[in-house]
Amino acid sequence: MKRIMILALCALLAACSSDTAPRNTGVYMLLDTSGTYNEELVKAEQIIRFTLSRLDASDSFAVARIDTGSFSERDIIAKASFDDRPSAINRQKRLFAEQVGEFVENAEPAPYTDITGGLLQAVEFLNEKGTGNKTILIFSDLKEDLEKGYVRDIEVPLEGFEVIALNVTKLRSDNVDPREYLGRLEEWQGRVEKTGGKWRVINDLDGLEGLL
Amino acid sequence: MSFMLGITPWPVASALLWIILIVAALYLIRSTAHKTIQAAAQGLHRSFRMASKAVSRSETNLAARNRDVLLAAGREAKERIIEREFDRINETVRKDLANYSGLHRSLSESIGRIEKDHQEAVDVPPDPPGWVKAVKAVADMDAKDGRAHIGSILSDIHKSLIKAHKEAMAAYHEASAKRHKLLRHMRPDWRKIQQTLGAVGKNVDSLLSRSVTIDRHMQEYEDIVRGHDRATSVLSSSSLVNFFVSAFVLCIAIGGATINFSLIARPMAEMVGGTSLIGDFRTADIAALVIILVEISMGLFLMESLRITRLFPVIGALPDKTRVRMIYITFTILFLLASVEAGLAYMREVLLQDELATSALLRGEAAAAVTATGEFMWITTAAQMGMGFILPFALVFVAIPLETFVHSLRTVLGLIGIFFLRVVALVLRVLANIFLYLGVLLKQMYDLPLFVPLWIEERMSHTGDGPAPDQDLKGARL
Repeated sequence: MKRIMILALCALLAACSSDTAPRNTGVYMLLDTSGTYNEELVKAEQIIRFTLSRLDASDSFAVARIDTGSFSERDIIAKASFDDRPSAINRQKRLFAEQVGEFVENAEPAPYTDITGGLLQAVEFLNEKGTGNKTILIFSDLKEDLEKGYVRDIEVPLEGFEVIALNVTKLRSDNVDPREYLGRLEEWQGRVEKTGGKWRVINDLDGLEGLL
Repeated sequence: MSFMLGITPWPVASALLWIILIVAALYLIRSTAHKTIQAAAQGLHRSFRMASKAVSRSETNLAARNRDVLLAAGREAKERIIEREFDRINETVRKDLANYSGLHRSLSESIGRIEKDHQEAVDVPPDPPGWVKAVKAVADMDAKDGRAHIGSILSDIHKSLIKAHKEAMAAYHEASAKRHKLLRHMRPDWRKIQQTLGAVGKNVDSLLSRSVTIDRHMQEYEDIVRGHDRATSVLSSSSLVNFFVSAFVLCIAIGGATINFSLIARPMAEMVGGTSLIGDFRTADIAALVIILVEISMGLFLMESLRITRLFPVIGALPDKTRVRMIYITFTILFLLASVEAGLAYMREVLLQDELATSALLRGEAAAAVTATGEFMWITTAAQMGMGFILPFALVFVAIPLETFVHSLRTVLGLIGIFFLRVVALVLRVLANIFLYLGVLLKQMYDLPLFVPLWIEERMSHTGDGPAPDQDLKGARL
């Protein structure tokens, strides 16, 4: 009897300590506010709300804008690490949606587009949160336009990250020469996959079911 | 191969030579080979037969054990039934016949009163009328003596007669009225006697019918004690029926427990957090499950304390005072847990509405969210709270089918075990015989290439009474 009890206790302890890897999700969304793309932010708000509805207890979510220098915490518009109590989660989601709504209403176009800086910030944020799944959403046309003096020709460590480009719109020049558009996509895919990340593009915003 | 065929310049001759050599060798070692094959076959045959017998013995022991268990369970159940019947008789006797002396006195008093009234109500014969004598005097009167006065005398007599008649009738009416009054007084006494006797008759009938039932149960009990096959068969089939019925009711109870679980698992996340895990399971789910299991345990203890079930002999053997205390304690805990569940069910509804409102807001349907949490919310809230409060008490009664299930499970498992052992024994017997016949077959196959020397041997043996071909099969018994 004593042996059985000891075995049962060991089994319980083993069960408790068997899998301690985090299973939560961290999402960092970058919003391109440069030039005419600023008008697309209404769509971004829908994506943010959809993402919010998919996230649950202990997940983390942050939304940041891409502007001239995006490698900065000041560009984070809203962020939340959801509580593990359902009532608190609902409150946090409502507050988050309000903050994003306010930003979308008052957003002003940025003169430059520092996507790499935003990516670096996203990686830093998600690594700090230590979530099990790490996803970076880039709501942009992926046309990087850096101000003179900014150095961004660095590799972003994306091992264990999934990078999803959303609503990659075609620019006027892309219409003239589609190779520019395809080249942009290929370049970003190459940059992400080169450092161990996964790359996806979703342009059809009606089919967001597989987003997370 | 080329070496074998190259021992002579002619391959055919080499082959023939080889065949002759091999056949000769086989013939020379035939007896030893036969013995080896037979020994191997017999060895396997005996091993399997022994194993089969051992399994058969185990099956017999298990059957005997199962029968003992069945009879013991049946005896215990029958004892309980008879004990309860005696309790009922005792209760009837105590309740209805304990005041028999009072009943007897009441009956005697009623009968005494009736007798007294009856005596008083006897019809009193009216007094002989006075005018008879007067008529006789008139009749005896000489016609010559004052015949002229007869008319007046008769007139007086007539008057007297009418007067006497009136008086007699009045007295008679008065006496009759008195008698009727007395008889009327007797009526409630009659009714009372009738009712009393009816009640006594009912009680006696009830006792008689119970005594018949007890006789029947006693007869069955005696059959069980003597271990009659009929009793075993009845108990076995009854046990199977109990097993399936209790399993069905337990399935329903599991359904109820699942509903109960879904009512409290979600809001439990509000208390213990929604992300912490124990093993692969959420702590909130485990906490909800523990609450339900504690409720079921309390229900079991309550039923044990009430002596409805007998799963824990320790509780049944407790002193009555302690047992009653235990009833109150378990019921209080159960009540508190049911209240907690009702609260959690309310919390669940609140959370659900909050989540729906948030989802609607995120979908951009704020107006819909407001109307969704509208006027009919209280119905579902009340229903959930009611279920949360009632289900723990309903789960208390799981103890009854559980007890039946546990008791009948022993018998059912025994029956399954007997069946399994029987099949194993049969398979082992079949295998034993297969090996025996396999040995015979191998020997026959061994002899097949040796047909030439064997034929020569047979020709040479003039007696011709060699071993019969099926002699080896003597040991084979199915």
